[in-house]
Amino acid sequence: MRKICSVIAATILVASGGIAVADGPGDPTAVKKEDDGKWLDKEGIPTYKISADGAVDWFTYSGYRRYHSDCHVCHGPDGMGSTYAPALKDSVKTMSYGDFLGVVASGRKNISTAQENVMPAFGDNPNVACYMDDLYVYLRARSTEAWGRQRPSKKDEKTEAYTKAEDACMGNK
Amino acid sequence: MRKVLLATFLGSAAALAVGSASANDELIKMSQNPKDWVMPTGDYANTRYSKLNQINAQNVGKLQVAWTFSTGVLRGHEGGPLIIGNMMYVHTPFPNKVYAIDLSQENKIVWRYEPKQDPNVIPVMCCDTVNRGLAYGDGKIFLHQADTTLVALDVKTGQVAWTVKNGDPSKGETGTSAPMVIKDKVLIGISGGEFGVQAHMSAYDIKTGKLAWRGYSEGPDDQLLVDAEKTTALGKPIGKDSSLKTWQGDQWKIGGGATWGWISYDPELNLVYYGSGNPSTWNPKQRPGDNKWSMTIWARNPDTGVAKWVYQMTPHDEWDYDGVNEMILSDQAINGQPRKLLTHFDRNGLAYTLDRVNGELLVAEKYDPKVNWTSGVDMDKNSPTYGRPKVLDAASTDKAGEDHNVKGICPAALGTKDEQPAAYSPDTQLFYVPTNHVCMDYEPFKVSYTAGQPYVGATLSMYPPQGESHMGNFIAWDGKTGKIVWSNKEQFSVWSGALATAGNVVFYGTLEGYLKAVDAKTGKELYKFKTPSGIIGNVTTYENGGKQYVAVLSGVGGWAGIGLAAGLTDPTAGLGAVGGYAALSNYTALGGTLTVFSLPN
Repeated sequence: MRKICSVIAATILVASGGIAVADGPGDPTAVKKEDDGKWLDKEGIPTYKISADGAVDWFTYSGYRRYHSDCHVCHGPDGMGSTYAPALKDSVKTMSYGDFLGVVASGRKNISTAQENVMPAFGDNPNVACYMDDLYVYLRARSTEAWGRQRPSKKDEKTEAYTKAEDACMGNK
Repeated sequence: MRKVLLATFLGSAAALAVGSASANDELIKMSQNPKDWVMPTGDYANTRYSKLNQINAQNVGKLQVAWTFSTGVLRGHEGGPLIIGNMMYVHTPFPNKVYAIDLSQENKIVWRYEPKQDPNVIPVMCCDTVNRGLAYGDGKIFLHQADTTLVALDVKTGQVAWTVKNGDPSKGETGTSAPMVIKDKVLIGISGGEFGVQAHMSAYDIKTGKLAWRGYSEGPDDQLLVDAEKTTALGKPIGKDSSLKTWQGDQWKIGGGATWGWISYDPELNLVYYGSGNPSTWNPKQRPGDNKWSMTIWARNPDTGVAKWVYQMTPHDEWDYDGVNEMILSDQAINGQPRKLLTHFDRNGLAYTLDRVNGELLVAEKYDPKVNWTSGVDMDKNSPTYGRPKVLDAASTDKAGEDHNVKGICPAALGTKDEQPAAYSPDTQLFYVPTNHVCMDYEPFKVSYTAGQPYVGATLSMYPPQGESHMGNFIAWDGKTGKIVWSNKEQFSVWSGALATAGNVVFYGTLEGYLKAVDAKTGKELYKFKTPSGIIGNVTTYENGGKQYVAVLSGVGGWAGIGLAAGLTDPTAGLGAVGGYAALSNYTALGGTLTVFSLPN
């Protein structure tokens, strides 16, 4: 019962535009670029950087690719959701970066009177775990509609630092 | 009810008298009674044809809803109910409920069964928690649960007679397919092609649930259950280590080849037919070789499991063209010669007609003119590439390599047809085929394997063929010549199994939720009714109290439901922007319902 009350409370907060919304990331403007090509916002949270000519940063592109391999079979194309899993382009609006990482790594269960939705833990799956920031950045770009429902055609190149980190994470030689 | 008891009694008596062949004899007899629908596939030949003709092309326009039944489950509802005498058995997706309904008592629920399953199986089911139906035999109803448990339920009470576990969901092995009772065994396949399982077909003793045999899709000969000299491919012995030689190292151990499709059986030849699915991963670069025997039509002896012949349709798959679709058995004349045929509409867009006695390839033609990954199959028996499809460079994701996006491949990974079964009418000698009309971009990339985790390795986006806006067709196909006879456009993929009847009417469902009846000869639409949700179930017919009924499960979901919630945000954003099923949410919503139709009194 306590759980139900808190869910209702959270819903009211969302509906009234209260604190729950503030749990999402703030201004997505990219202010700082790291060596691996990842952009950060003023809070230090990973974000996207899309140039006027439509070129996306490497993380947005890589996130698009990884999303449409491991995530889309449940969450639908372009983060739009499916008949049985939520639209992640909306989920990341009300979810902190830390919570996002936590859910991807550990999974979650959403049980309602209508159905039981279960997301698996991807923490042990390098195909997902090594690309969490990529996925987050892509979905953040989808959440603000900074990036639409298409495949990025122009992108920044993969950096050496990124390749090194990727190989280490994936266990490639 | 009396009839069911009688049938059961006779079945048991026969069992005592003649032993192990009884379930088979009983089933063959029952499947010949058009009033019943005793197998998930209608009959052993998988024709989904009914001799009932009370509902016919002249009167089908007057069809009405006779009664409806809510399953209480929201996810995608594939398959259809069984009907035996006055009883109907309805199944659901996860949690895999079973309802036994008495048609003679105003559709009262006589018993119900709901297994307890660990919900952690839900996310390892690649594309929704579907289940394709129940089987009957030896006085039991067989349920293949999501967690791979095969359960035998007493047909009268729903009491559990025995259970057996067919796989391990923590490794990504799951259950979605309908079981099939053949002789004294229950056969089931396994899902998990996107999780790197080593898939198999397994046969369990109908009395005890003990494993009788298990034939893998890839691996050493003793695991495949093949005989190097006697098992043939295109008329020649397959030789020793036919599978191992086509994989790098021990990749076959995570090689996929899932077996989640339908099973057919020829009692005279004593052969069981089914298809194996895609090799794992979707990245072809990572698994060099032909990856045998993924993507293969199998003909096995149901007593021993040993394969008589195999035919690999898509060696070294580069597009996820699973070979699991149904094998429809028919007897037709080719060039004036009567032949025992097997017809199969593959995901790869080719419809194959083979001689089911020996696996000789007779016809292999595109059943959607848009299919563009191949120029066709080499039909020259003297050619070194006999029986192989010629892959066009422009569509080869292997040639393009990792991290390269290959655009405009038709069909998409959904295939020109997926599991939604076709029907065959001996009256017209035509196949009625629900199809997808969808193309894709496909980009393979490197992935690493973790047990129980998705092992996909490709990014894809799907859309209708260039210049077209409809995503499905319902076609009539001549399997003897390999030609489309007529074709009806559908806005969305047709993801429902077809039913052909002696009334010269063919039925199918649509993703928007329509049950449609069309003229078997011309394809002319004669009737449609919008059910509560999109239809991915298979249409069934039966007779009760002197009246013919048509039944179908609605409840959108499955692969087809992946894009359901996704409305088109920007239709002008270009090809890649249009998800395959983008606008479906404007037409239907979730919900499992059985809708039953009949003519007015």
